[in-house]
Amino acid sequence: MNQSLTDVDSHGEHHADHSHDSRLQHHFATFEQQFDAAKLGMWLFLGTEILMFGGLFVGFALQQAAHPEAFVAAHHHLDKKMGALNTVVLLLSSFTMVMAVHKAKQAKRAAMTAYLLVTLACAGTFMVVKFFEYQHKFHEGLLPGAFYKVQHIGEVPNQFIFFSFYFMMTGLHGIHVLIGMILITWLVIKGRTGAFDGKWYTPVDLVGLYWHLVDLIWIYLFPLLYLIT
Amino acid sequence: MNWLHDFILPKQASTLSGNIDNLFWFITAINVVFFALIAILVIHFMRKYRRKSENEVTPHITHNQTLEIVWSVIPLFLVIIIFFWGFHGYVNAQVAPANSIEIQATGKKWVWQFEYPDGMRTLNAFHVPVNRPVRLVLSSEDVIHSFFVPSFRIKKDAVPGRYTEEWFTATEPGVYQVFCTEYCGKGHSDMLAKIYVDDEAAYQKWLLEGDEEIKTMPLPELGKLVYENKGCATCHSLDGTRGQGPTWKGTWGAMHTMTDGKQIKVDENYIRESILEPQNHIVQGYEPIMPTFKGLIRDREVLGVIEYIKGLK
Amino acid sequence: MAHYAPGENYLNSPPGLWSWLSTVDHKRIGIMYLWSILFFFLIGGLMALLVRIELLTPKQTIMTAEQYNQVFTLHGAIMVFLFIIPSVPAALGNFVLPLMLGAKDVAFPKVNLMSLYIYWTGALMAVGAIVLGGIDTGWTFYTPYSTSTGGAVSLMTLAAFVLGFSSILTGVNFIATIHKLRAPGMGWFQLPLFIWSMYATALIQIMATPVLAITLLLLFMERVFHIGIFDPKLGGDPVLFQHFFWFYSHPAVYIMIVPGFAIISEIIPTFSKKTIFGYKAIAFSSVAIAIVGFLVWGHHMFVSGQSTLAGAIFSFLTFLVAIPSAVKVFNWLATMYRGSIDLRAPMLYACSFLLLFSIGGLTGLYLGAMSVDVHLHDTYFIVAHFHYVMMGGTVIAFLGGLHYWWPKMFGRMYNERLAAIACALVFVGFNVTFFTQFVLGSRGMPRRYYNYLDQFQPLHAFSTYGSWILGAGLFLTAGYLLATFRKPMDAPANPWGGKTFEWETQSPPITHNFDFDPVLLHGPYDYRPAKPRENEPVAH
Repeated sequence: MNQSLTDVDSHGEHHADHSHDSRLQHHFATFEQQFDAAKLGMWLFLGTEILMFGGLFVGFALQQAAHPEAFVAAHHHLDKKMGALNTVVLLLSSFTMVMAVHKAKQAKRAAMTAYLLVTLACAGTFMVVKFFEYQHKFHEGLLPGAFYKVQHIGEVPNQFIFFSFYFMMTGLHGIHVLIGMILITWLVIKGRTGAFDGKWYTPVDLVGLYWHLVDLIWIYLFPLLYLIT
Repeated sequence: MNWLHDFILPKQASTLSGNIDNLFWFITAINVVFFALIAILVIHFMRKYRRKSENEVTPHITHNQTLEIVWSVIPLFLVIIIFFWGFHGYVNAQVAPANSIEIQATGKKWVWQFEYPDGMRTLNAFHVPVNRPVRLVLSSEDVIHSFFVPSFRIKKDAVPGRYTEEWFTATEPGVYQVFCTEYCGKGHSDMLAKIYVDDEAAYQKWLLEGDEEIKTMPLPELGKLVYENKGCATCHSLDGTRGQGPTWKGTWGAMHTMTDGKQIKVDENYIRESILEPQNHIVQGYEPIMPTFKGLIRDREVLGVIEYIKGLK
Repeated sequence: MAHYAPGENYLNSPPGLWSWLSTVDHKRIGIMYLWSILFFFLIGGLMALLVRIELLTPKQTIMTAEQYNQVFTLHGAIMVFLFIIPSVPAALGNFVLPLMLGAKDVAFPKVNLMSLYIYWTGALMAVGAIVLGGIDTGWTFYTPYSTSTGGAVSLMTLAAFVLGFSSILTGVNFIATIHKLRAPGMGWFQLPLFIWSMYATALIQIMATPVLAITLLLLFMERVFHIGIFDPKLGGDPVLFQHFFWFYSHPAVYIMIVPGFAIISEIIPTFSKKTIFGYKAIAFSSVAIAIVGFLVWGHHMFVSGQSTLAGAIFSFLTFLVAIPSAVKVFNWLATMYRGSIDLRAPMLYACSFLLLFSIGGLTGLYLGAMSVDVHLHDTYFIVAHFHYVMMGGTVIAFLGGLHYWWPKMFGRMYNERLAAIACALVFVGFNVTFFTQFVLGSRGMPRRYYNYLDQFQPLHAFSTYGSWILGAGLFLTAGYLLATFRKPMDAPANPWGGKTFEWETQSPPITHNFDFDPVLLHGPYDYRPAKPRENEPVAH
């Protein structure tokens, strides 16, 4: 272990005796160790996200078992085409995200930025389609819980439970998409200064992992909400 | 050791209590032995091995596989016994015998209502015969409550929107305490009830004639109790508000017009008839929806309602 | 080699409040957590004293029923969410864990700071909820009472939601640190057992807390938007809430106790000057508890109406999970056997732990047995049981750890005589307060009761007197610990003769922990006299 331990650090108290890549934090010995730790941390965090969404999936399954006709009747109000479009858009964005990570590692700034921007555009498209879907539901009064429209005689009761879960699950997912968009924007800005290269492209990789999770959750949401029979 | 048993556990008054208490004492015996072992060793080691000098060298004992197995297996064996014993006792307590008397117990903040198969309803107390199984079907009208009878060693949550049940066979006549034991707000610690276990003859007498209390309570007070417990309050207000039925405020001595045009004065007879044969005369402007209370109300209770209404100016 | 001035350490360098609030030094973050959780321990403790005073007599003693319901709820919520869950991991763990690994910091120092700020945000929201209407649901928030009662339940629910993320991020940080930042030579079976236990705890934190998060979110949505999941009037199932809630909250109690085990595993070998007995047994038992602990939640619900089969599975697994804890106690005892025992405060607390945690664990046997639990559930027996494990276990271990690492954290030694007196007061007071409650419970006294039958009064009064003795011991402890700040920083680097890395650096440490590169030369509990080795650098 030859590395000096009192190098430049983010505390700023002791100044470097020699030049040192400030992207390597002081408590890590090598870039590789730092990257491995970051990836592990991200995977762990994503695990917690899966568990959190998992709770909603379990709740949905239990309520579906308790009110099967209501869930079938309610889901007909969802537009399968729009849902399918969103699925394709997100899958595409996952691909462009992978390419962005690849280009970041190769220090190809322009290509990375381009792929990030396409990813952002896909995410934006997803949110716009989502907006139209929500707007349609608002018009029809298909709202969660207490705000559901007054039921007419002959309609299957308890459909509001389905919409409670629909809005909670797609809403929570949508919040994660928005957070992802902010993170991708940050990557674009930071990337402009040539911060990423083969030695250190950690943030791009981590945001990529996050984005894949966001995509994956939608892959489960879409059939569950839109396609159940 | 009886004094210890009586100090720690309530009186045993059901067929379930004995087995549960036996398991309780079995676990206690195991606990006393293991705790004594641990405590004696801790204190003994603290004294015997107290450091005498800074240069002491201790033996380098890292582990002992045999010991690990022994002190894993012996506790495992003991807890498996406890598991089966507890499971068996629990299963016994879940399935009521086929000939049980069924009583509906409903919790609502902050009282217990009981209903017998013949429709008789009581509040915060009910009677059962000794040595006969009783099955309580529990539910709640608002939040989760729990019906706990320490002496019978039974407890079950009363959950809104569904039914749960517990059963017991009381072994000794007496009065037994019931507690609500799932936190339910301001009156949680006052949501008590009593179970009166009678011998068979006294029980039959009670079924016919009702509570001593009902025989001796002042009539207006009895009337108020009936108003609250038998559902009158659902339709008849005390403050003049129009409900499903006419308000009781100021109704005594008033003249009401019936749907058939007749004019009737509100007196003892009218009130009695309204309770027992309500469909005979309906006050104009109201629907004929009042159910009859024949068989669900005792004679003295009717008198009580009459006296109560008299006082509602 | 030193770039540090004499007397310079992580506390005084760099100076200034802003340097603390923007620090990424795990030690400073640990200390800020420490003061925060101790503050909430004080608040929660005062609530407890108020509860006990009210229970001196049946009916009103000093407050109304509504006030009492709020006070016991807040006692529980503050103690669980704001004190005990973060206590060992975030306060002591943050400080000690990297040092023990020979690392310069945790894997993600900035995330560590963020988790502190998230904790403070959640704490502020909780205080807001207390002030803006309070909560009276019990810390368990059972529906439909919690979805229909007034007060600031929604805000408190969100506060707990926010606090959960602080816990999750600490867990992520610790796992990554333990995997990636160990000193050279420190394989998994050379890790101090503190690390094994903190690793198990972190696993539970990241797996269980997200489920709490979603449960709280669903509760909030039910309360505000009436979505129809827990309220039977809306087609929901109130017992479903209990399943969701306990799926987190049972593992949560292992988040509370396993760090306590971590501390005991350090103190006993050090103060017996003897290697730990059964290293692997203790290490694996922590992991076993973490895993099996996820499978027993239904033992809180034997009378809820859940199926008998489900109950039986939960009961069986509950008995299984007891075994690893028992194994630990036996191994610790065996460590003391033929040791050279130093009875200073950390060891007094460790010995107290052995006795009190044993009672707590053994009384769990009554509760795992389904038929007996029917009688004891929701009575004071439960209250006594969980105070024995959480307070007699975790808090006692925490106090032991606090005394053990106090010289390292602050560079000062506390007064041993006062510490022994305080430990005795705490031990006696605790038993008088809580052993009495076992008897109250077995006699049928329900919990969360403002009013009670006269027959329970003598026992309630006795328990209250115990709480005053306990309180006196804790206030005395606070007093002599705070008094150390008037002394100079003259504590030695290794006052106890410990064999883990934190004792190889000065007290208090420099900001970067070590002014050399720690390399593992001996196991963490190797008390054999050092043999001179040729051509090998001494540790420092």
